[in-house]
Amino acid sequence: MSTATEAKSGGFLSGTANYLDERTSIAVAVKTFGRKIFPDHWSFMLGEVALYSFVVLVLSGTFLTFFFQPSMAEVHYDGSYAPLKGAEMSIAYASSLDISFDIRGGLIMRQVHHWAALLFVSAAGLHMMRVFFTGAFRKPRELNWIVGFVLFILGMAAGFSGYSLPDDLLSGNGLRIIDGMVKGIPFIGTAISSGLFGGEFPGTEIVARLYSVHIMIVPALIILFIGLHLMMVVIHKHTHYSGPGKRDDNVVGYPLAPVYVAKAGGFFFLVFGVIMAIAATFTINPIWNYGPYDPSPVSAGTQPDWYIGWLDGALRLAPSNLDVNIGEYTIPMGVMLPLIVSLVFLAAVAAYPFIENWVTQDKREHHVLDRPRNAPTRTAIGAAGATFYAVLWAGASTDLIAINFQVSLNSVLTTMQILLIIGPIIAYWVTKRACLSLQRKDREIALHGRETGRVVRLPHGEYIEVHEPVDEYELWKLVDFKDYQPTMVRPNKNGKITFGTRIRAAVSKIYFEDRIAPVSKTEFELAHHEHAPAIEEKPAAKPKAKRKPKAIAK
Amino acid sequence: MSELEKVYQAGLATDIERPIKDPGIEPHRVRMTDKSEQHARTAEKQVALLFGVSFVGAIIAIWGYFAFPIVAGDLSATRNNTLWMGVGMALSLLGIGFGAVHWAKTLMPDAEVEEARHQARSTDEARAQAVEVIKLADGESGFSRRKLIRRSLYGALAVFPIPALVIFGDLGPVVGDSLKHTMWKKGTRLTKDPTGIPIKASDVTIGSVFHVIPEGLNESEHKLEEKAKASVLLVRVNPEELNEDPAKADWSYDGIVAYSKICTHVGCPVALYEQHTHHLLCPCHQSTFDLANHCEVIFGPASRPLPQLPIAVDAEGYLVAQSDFLEPVGPTFWDIRKES
Repeated sequence: MSTATEAKSGGFLSGTANYLDERTSIAVAVKTFGRKIFPDHWSFMLGEVALYSFVVLVLSGTFLTFFFQPSMAEVHYDGSYAPLKGAEMSIAYASSLDISFDIRGGLIMRQVHHWAALLFVSAAGLHMMRVFFTGAFRKPRELNWIVGFVLFILGMAAGFSGYSLPDDLLSGNGLRIIDGMVKGIPFIGTAISSGLFGGEFPGTEIVARLYSVHIMIVPALIILFIGLHLMMVVIHKHTHYSGPGKRDDNVVGYPLAPVYVAKAGGFFFLVFGVIMAIAATFTINPIWNYGPYDPSPVSAGTQPDWYIGWLDGALRLAPSNLDVNIGEYTIPMGVMLPLIVSLVFLAAVAAYPFIENWVTQDKREHHVLDRPRNAPTRTAIGAAGATFYAVLWAGASTDLIAINFQVSLNSVLTTMQILLIIGPIIAYWVTKRACLSLQRKDREIALHGRETGRVVRLPHGEYIEVHEPVDEYELWKLVDFKDYQPTMVRPNKNGKITFGTRIRAAVSKIYFEDRIAPVSKTEFELAHHEHAPAIEEKPAAKPKAKRKPKAIAK
Repeated sequence: MSELEKVYQAGLATDIERPIKDPGIEPHRVRMTDKSEQHARTAEKQVALLFGVSFVGAIIAIWGYFAFPIVAGDLSATRNNTLWMGVGMALSLLGIGFGAVHWAKTLMPDAEVEEARHQARSTDEARAQAVEVIKLADGESGFSRRKLIRRSLYGALAVFPIPALVIFGDLGPVVGDSLKHTMWKKGTRLTKDPTGIPIKASDVTIGSVFHVIPEGLNESEHKLEEKAKASVLLVRVNPEELNEDPAKADWSYDGIVAYSKICTHVGCPVALYEQHTHHLLCPCHQSTFDLANHCEVIFGPASRPLPQLPIAVDAEGYLVAQSDFLEPVGPTFWDIRKES
């Protein structure tokens, strides 16, 4: 290495650094990454929260593995929790009770683990929405969107497999539901169920099998995908929000060392600390109240962990009596319909970056994030998707809503079914109109300045409100965004109009036909030219001139 | 190496000239700590104080561990050590976190700087070299040239993972028709869940509900598996209110009817009975069955009625099953209607 240096005399640090570098060329890494620039924005911390929650999960989960015993062999409980003394239960449940009551720090670690899991999936979901609504999934980050999508699915898998381990009544009913769903899959369902449970439900295998999934397979995959996810962030460098000085060929922010070492490093401790504070003061999943799993009893108002809610809601909202009979075989649509709907939803989420790019055909790299209002159709689609998910999620609480609001369960369910269809349509429409209005407001401010609220009387008696032009930084933020226009159906090289071309033209029309174009130089100059005399001579014409809802710049 | 970046096609993007030129990064706003050494020193003390809080928090957590040993039967010890260790560790973590962030925000430079960003695409030169490497490797190995090797390799690669799938065959037994049968058979007494005490017909008053398991279930080898199929709900209703299928008229005994407790949707126990409407409700997904009307589905996602268990009374007056269920209980599956 040409950068080889001699150890400076004295200093323990320089001695260590020299020792390491002569064996690992670590100086190159420090030189390359030490002053790497990261942009700053609160929404960039959502992914960090997910990452740090995962670290907390690994730490607290490791502690739990030292005490948890994943066996379904029957024992009679003999621990400190008096109400269950002598009860017959699995070793898994008994050891979970021991962790809670007979091991100091056990309950706090269980609660840290559970709260961190809830936070992990929420933060990952919010991070995904941030990426969606700002268009951060565009080239060159489409593959990283897929990696992130896989991480979200793995997060749900990790959560569900862990939730089932204590073998309590509540989680056992969750497994029973999974068993019922799996059995409904045509042709192979009963065989898969037998393979999962090692025979008939509940069997004596499932906890040990889920334990392998939960502490080895899924975490290993999550670590692998987090590695890929972050590696791609290093390759692409982080996106930044649009604004003065921020372009697709630069990155604006603060250096890793020292600012982000302190901020992001400190933030890990903040996330961990908040999880710890919640776990110390709020009980989560009090398995001792539920009792050991038994297929016969069940408590009313059962709820899964929040991130499984949308799947449970899909099960509840499915219409009945749609079973398909083929000869002597049956496809239970009460199970298959929710399964198909959720899979289609997930597939649409994964495919969105490719769909949008197929419409725009924009093959450039994008590193400046869109403000959500500046991509009204995408934002509207996102809002519709979020609403669809939210209705399914709320659907998992139909019984609790009915009880707490004293309304009929039937009408709550019917309302949810209707909302599932029209909710996304309303959300789409409202969001799109809101985005377009915000864009119009931005245009107006860019062209005519901010309303000051200062009313001035002109010499000839006319009253007008003074508009104050915004400074060039603010102005740049308002006018610098990417804009697309719909395409027309055109024949290809062979003179043919393909089906794909027609579809693409139609979809591009949905996307961009009512677009609000960014303020052009010509418009800006025209507005400023007519502006000064407008105050003195023809204020009456002003309100009209101000409104240009469908201004199209050439 | 070429520093030229590839020009990509812009698709439907418009090219509108901006009214002004990009003014560049906004000027840095000066903080109090930048201007005055006194403020900087105050901030330094605040950071140190926060790190001190962390130190104290860790001590509290250690104290909480030793101060509240587990006392059998005394849950307050569990509560106290959870609370104090948790609060202590939270303080110790938050102290470091707030300290580090405060340090960065007040004392480290906060002027935004910029760094160039390059396209992900490698340079043309690097790409050409990569192609060269692959061509060279291909030539040296003869991968493209030697078809026999290539095709036999594809064949081997396609088949070699299959044993890794086959090896999982013993995860579970072949299903057979076990899903279509339960423990119930002719003469099995209906007993209370979970005690296993037999139920006399005379003990079942109108409106009462019994959670029922077959006699001998508690002693059976696969107790939970059997219970997951054989659980029954026993109810007595006024015989006039019971709309019975004439073909099944002798399946009940003087208004006492027994239905499978396993929901036909996804298998939760249908455990909630509403006396005055005779409705059975599954608490998991709210499938509702009308007990007075052969347990047909009146609401929710289930599709099949709950199967009825034919019952009778034996010589001693105890309720017994006439036979097993005549149709499979629990969630619907692919070959549920197929005669086995």
